[in-house]
Amino acid sequence: MKAKIIITPKKAVLDPQGQTVERALAHMGYTGVGHVHVGKYLEIEVTGDKETVRRQLDEACHKFLSNPVIEDYKLEIVD
Amino acid sequence: MNFAVLQFPGSNCDQDCVHVLKNVLGHSAKLVWHKDTTLGAVDAVMVPGGFSYGDYLRTGAIARFSPVMQAVQQFAANGGHVLGICNGFQILCEAGLLPGALVRNRSLQFRCEPVYLKTVTKNSAFTNKIADGKIMRVPIAHGEGCYFADEETLVKMNANGQVLWQYCDVGGNLTDDSNPNGSLQNIAGVCNEAKNVAGLMPHPERASELILGGDDGKAIFESLIHALQNKDAAKAA
Repeated sequence: MKAKIIITPKKAVLDPQGQTVERALAHMGYTGVGHVHVGKYLEIEVTGDKETVRRQLDEACHKFLSNPVIEDYKLEIVD
Repeated sequence: MNFAVLQFPGSNCDQDCVHVLKNVLGHSAKLVWHKDTTLGAVDAVMVPGGFSYGDYLRTGAIARFSPVMQAVQQFAANGGHVLGICNGFQILCEAGLLPGALVRNRSLQFRCEPVYLKTVTKNSAFTNKIADGKIMRVPIAHGEGCYFADEETLVKMNANGQVLWQYCDVGGNLTDDSNPNGSLQNIAGVCNEAKNVAGLMPHPERASELILGGDDGKAIFESLIHALQNKDAAKAA
């Protein structure tokens, strides 16, 4: 199994990277783009019972892989 | 006083802190390695600047789980004084010892320059010796120093006097131009609710001797030493 974790800055947090990418896209002529957020993507190989793995990784995301003060995360486990 | 200065792989201001505490201020300071599980008999802990664990994942994210940080958690829970500088501030926020977090500078640039600081309250172990109305000139050197805390936390911190220093111009005005990283409310340094743990992004240890261009930062260490001496005197009484 593989865990896929996407970490993004919370909406209220200043995201200068996202803003810069957004401006660059507009500058390049891509129209209709907005609210760009630059985050992180983690892939982790996991073994064991799927629900146990999910519970453990959820805890790890909250405690370590993301900082809940400034970031949100999405955890997905695929076979 | 006896100080512990933590040393992580990637710390690079640890020796500067030891130098200031020992050679400039005449106190005792020892380095404590990140794998150590105890701090020994110390009066205060300094978490120095640098790039602990290469700043991987997030600044301070890995350092906070190091063995020595468990000892620091305990030390702080028992009322011990802890001061984090730059990366040390980031580590203390990640560890939950200080509110908020530090994110990428608004400019996306690593900023390495002197800034001006206004002390918000003298009512803390970290600010009591700073002269009234003094605008301190202290250098910064960071890429992730933009202070963030949610609205509710900021309201509480202001009400409790937990904002210790703010970036300002030479005249003490809190302008946007004088904010080097986009920190909310120009915040440069804060303390916890119990006021025994503080952190700041500027480097007072790089501004504690005139030969280095200024010694405004020394007052922060002198404040802490003064507070520790008072604590000792209170214990003895």
